[in-house]
Amino acid sequence: MTIALSPLSGGLLIGLSSMLLLLTLGRIAGVSGIVWGAFTDPDRSWRLQFIIGLIAGTAAIHAFTGKPLPPAADGSILLAVGAGLLVGFGTRLGSGCTSGHGVCGIGRRSVRSIVATLVFIAAGVATVALTMYFGG
Amino acid sequence: MRGITGLLTGLLFGAGLALSGMTDTAKVIGFLNVFGGWDPDLMWVMSGALVVTLIGTPLVLSKTKPMFDAAFSLPLATTVDRRLVAGAVLFGMGWGLWGYCPGPAVAALAYGDISTVVFCIAMLVGMWLAGKSGLTISRLQQ
Repeated sequence: MTIALSPLSGGLLIGLSSMLLLLTLGRIAGVSGIVWGAFTDPDRSWRLQFIIGLIAGTAAIHAFTGKPLPPAADGSILLAVGAGLLVGFGTRLGSGCTSGHGVCGIGRRSVRSIVATLVFIAAGVATVALTMYFGG
Repeated sequence: MRGITGLLTGLLFGAGLALSGMTDTAKVIGFLNVFGGWDPDLMWVMSGALVVTLIGTPLVLSKTKPMFDAAFSLPLATTVDRRLVAGAVLFGMGWGLWGYCPGPAVAALAYGDISTVVFCIAMLVGMWLAGKSGLTISRLQQ
């Protein structure tokens, strides 16, 4: 298997970002928690900055590298609502998402995060398999 | 520096997501489609990120405190409980149905697609509903 350089270097940047946030503010770079905290936690400033940075960083990569924008997601608005509700409900109930559990939590060898990551990947794999089988 | 560290770390994170192709729902669905035409890219993204955090986290946490705050704010929960597993199952289902987890969903707001805006609003409503359900543990316990 050849190493995919863009995904690998993108991953390195994500890891670096997580480490900088831990080093400077002592915080876990878990996007679900940061987004919810931006609306509910009095310590709002760094969280809003992080969200603006996420959007601006994405825009900057396309602007400076000429990487084409990905096509809009495939699916109905109803599906977007249902999937968004599940992602929001699930990440709050499970205390984290791909970044908080998958990148930061495994990085600090949290058993909860290792279990959560294995479970949400398995649930995602099963969901895609079922949608491909019944709808694809 | 403390004043803009949130912005700088967000920029790096967003750049990483876009560079790696994770803001494309088709690539994420492709990774989860292990019984079809599997796309390994997300595995490379996770590998790159984990190399850094697995090595970096113990080094950072060996300090007594972060640079710009009095203490590290780390989750306190240590037991694997039903909330964690049920939450991960529901999240994984939504992730597989659409192809976005929270990071890429917010980052992809840069593209201005209405469906991404709808997804993000629904995600916030889902988070609110989870709180209303009384099932979540408090932020302090997390």
